[in-house]
Amino acid sequence: MRLKSKHVLGLREMEAEEINLVLDTADSMKEIIGREIKKVPTLRGRTLVTLFYEPSTRTRTSFELAGKYMSADTVNIATTTSAVVKGETLKDTARTLEMMGTDVLVMRHPISGSCHLLARTVSCSVINAGDGMHEHPSQGLLDLYTIRQKKGKIAGLRVAIVGDILHSRVARSNLWGLTKLGAEVVVTGPSTLLPPAAQELGVRATSRVEEALEGADVVNVLRLQLERQKGGLFPSIREYSRMFGVNRERLALAKPDVLLMHPGPMNRGVELSSEVADSVYSSINEQVTNGVAVRMALLYLLLGGGEAA
Amino acid sequence: MRLLISGGRILDPQRGVDGEGDLLVDGDRIGEGTRADRVIDARGLLVVPGLIDLHTHLREPGFEYKEDLVSGTHAAARGGFTTVVAMANTSPVSDCRATVEWVIGAARARAVVNVLPVGAVSKGQKGEELAEIGDMAAAGAVAFSDDGKPVTNGELMRCALQYAAMWGRPVITHCEDRQLAGEGVMHLGYWSTVLGLRGIPAAAEAAMVARDIMLAELTGGRLHLAHLSTARSVELVREAKARGLAVTAEVTPHHLLLTDEAVATSGFDTDTKVNPPLRTPADVAALLEGLRDGTIDAIATDHAPHHQDDKDVEYNYAASGISGLETALALVLDRLVGQGLLELGQAVRALTAGPARVLGLDRGTLAPGAPADVTVIDPSREWTVEPALFASRGRNTPFKGWKLRGQAVLTLVGGRIVHEAIA
Amino acid sequence: MGVKEKARIMDAEAIRRALSRIAHEIIERNRGIKDLLVVGIRRRGVPLAQRLCDRIAEIEGARPAMGILDITLYRDDLTTRSEQPVVHRTEIPVDVKGKKVVLVDDVLYTGRTIRAALDALMDLGRPELIQLAVLVDRGHRELPIRADFVGKNVPTSRKEMVELRLNEVDGTEDMVLIVEKD
Repeated sequence: MRLKSKHVLGLREMEAEEINLVLDTADSMKEIIGREIKKVPTLRGRTLVTLFYEPSTRTRTSFELAGKYMSADTVNIATTTSAVVKGETLKDTARTLEMMGTDVLVMRHPISGSCHLLARTVSCSVINAGDGMHEHPSQGLLDLYTIRQKKGKIAGLRVAIVGDILHSRVARSNLWGLTKLGAEVVVTGPSTLLPPAAQELGVRATSRVEEALEGADVVNVLRLQLERQKGGLFPSIREYSRMFGVNRERLALAKPDVLLMHPGPMNRGVELSSEVADSVYSSINEQVTNGVAVRMALLYLLLGGGEAA
Repeated sequence: MRLLISGGRILDPQRGVDGEGDLLVDGDRIGEGTRADRVIDARGLLVVPGLIDLHTHLREPGFEYKEDLVSGTHAAARGGFTTVVAMANTSPVSDCRATVEWVIGAARARAVVNVLPVGAVSKGQKGEELAEIGDMAAAGAVAFSDDGKPVTNGELMRCALQYAAMWGRPVITHCEDRQLAGEGVMHLGYWSTVLGLRGIPAAAEAAMVARDIMLAELTGGRLHLAHLSTARSVELVREAKARGLAVTAEVTPHHLLLTDEAVATSGFDTDTKVNPPLRTPADVAALLEGLRDGTIDAIATDHAPHHQDDKDVEYNYAASGISGLETALALVLDRLVGQGLLELGQAVRALTAGPARVLGLDRGTLAPGAPADVTVIDPSREWTVEPALFASRGRNTPFKGWKLRGQAVLTLVGGRIVHEAIA
Repeated sequence: MGVKEKARIMDAEAIRRALSRIAHEIIERNRGIKDLLVVGIRRRGVPLAQRLCDRIAEIEGARPAMGILDITLYRDDLTTRSEQPVVHRTEIPVDVKGKKVVLVDDVLYTGRTIRAALDALMDLGRPELIQLAVLVDRGHRELPIRADFVGKNVPTSRKEMVELRLNEVDGTEDMVLIVEKD
């Protein structure tokens, strides 16, 4: 069993059994992270390049560690230090990196679809580490992994995603993954931040946060990009946090054992009130480990086998 | 020189002609009789008036790396077009007599089909002050347009319609509410949601169509709406026509054949990026209905050639537009007429008499005495769209790889053969 | 591609006796079960290790520690196989440091699996010593590796395959077969 594509561009393009394969493989990888010597020789001689056109600490570090734990050589390129500032196009940069013997390119880019362009340009594997508002598949897989770990399953769970769904690649990857694995998903936030055609995406959309949280097994609160307010999508941070922020009273509507998640970094007191924010922090270390395990699984599944038959 | 095109199916919607016969080209005019110096056997072929494209970006002067008068008009000839209407968004913008005269002179020297220049509505297409519309009309500009950019200022548009009316020339408008369109790069809807690309709502077009129709009514000016893409726009035009306003409209082959889903199925291929954006199946159905019932007067290519460097980039950075001259005829014949969505007569009218009427041209007909612009089509020739083989420098087409039936095999402009590929 | 059964070289009883002998040898060689860690290599090494532990417990009255080793990530043929092996967890419940480790596998052939297992084990810490127990040694080594405890030596040709069937894994009666590809 292997992944059908040599690229990981989005969860919309993955089948449920492929997603489960990644989660199962991540389970095995997690043991390695728990060791004193966190290293296996699997990807010796392979080169992983992270190409980040947007700032990121946790995703980039997570991929880098995943590569290093599996003995791959890792190189990180950030826009400010590369030829990009000299006006080189994405395709030219990608071809140059490929010439240098790259086996997998992990890219983050502010424009949706850029990883598809990259995948068409190079012959090595491409992993989307977040493209514009499109997808962030490794984050989606990490969230699925965490949910499965805490709840023992995904099918049949009620999952509420709260916040700026419209502009969120994390929300998109989450809702594809969750619905494929049989969860019931409801998205909520101000109507200006909800996607058009939510029903067609297979999820329920409501602007009443209380309605969305009621009976939820999992509540995933997205980071609010504060600059959206300047774009006129909602009147003020104050009104947002009062009307749509997740606080103790609203969270009480969910199941007593609700799993509260946040992809980070958090705007404390905006999308999450301080008192519930602390409970999220308690699981953040776990999330970091899970993130590395999921990315190790992706690297193994993309690079660990021979050529596809 | 007398040329007899013999035995073809002659289709001239303006005169209601449809039947087998001979067509005599006598010098630069359509003649009568059968005495000829050369006879072309056109049995099994379609003989129609030379096609007229109301909407072409020839890119010269200024963007010769994308297209020029030679490559652009050769592309037209191959696609069966004998007349192209050249948009003014060149560099410099064609916004005064000097540039209009330059285009006419350069076209006379180098172009192989008729090039009718459009003048800008506003100086530099900046949308601030009226350009010298009268002087340009006198120099030969057939219409006025800031195409590529909408005229945001309603007062300027009112003045343009009123002023251009003095010369009986239409104002061609690219209808788009700039604020509503925002940074959108595709139609706002399901697929823009899935792909995480910023969307342009259908209302961004329809709202401006409504404004411009009201201004046409207010001024009595001639309004031609470029590249309609939404169902609501079609309804607005239908209503305007019912009320007797001097409003005409065009639609492109890509808006008739593709939907926003193409952005997803192509994996963000920037050749699907076009303005106005590809819309929904419901919009496509309404555009077709508008074409059938005469609400839409013409099929125009909005031929927008771009260099590979302008397209081989991230979706948001890519230039908008499709290189359309060499695929338009076959797409219409094969995918619309061939699929029973449009009658052959309607299709030919929308490519000949329809656009001629929009601009009040004496072309688009095979009547004796008319300019000898003739297109001969082999309706059964099968071919595959291979952009690398285009005469146009713009290889940007979402139709690459499509297998199509029907192709222009002979194109005559003023009696001169500019394209010949009869088997 | 079909396979043809050529011979049944061990039956359930033979397997039981061999494991029993190996259990005695392990205890004898290590002078009891102090610091002993029996590690089964996935997949058929695991039930064999379990049976060895059961037998050792019967003899000594106490169970030695047991672990499971998955060597997928240490294989040297990952890039040449068209079928990608599924990674499973390694589960060693105790620190291997200072332990006398007995690796258990079903068939010893080229030695490459054992090489991978040794590397995997070393990455977990520094055992005092490592011994190897196999049910069948069929020869054809490609690396300088030998077993300390062997159930049965079976001369084979390279065209043949040696297959172990175990009740816990295969749901059949225990047996060791020599099969040949058609």
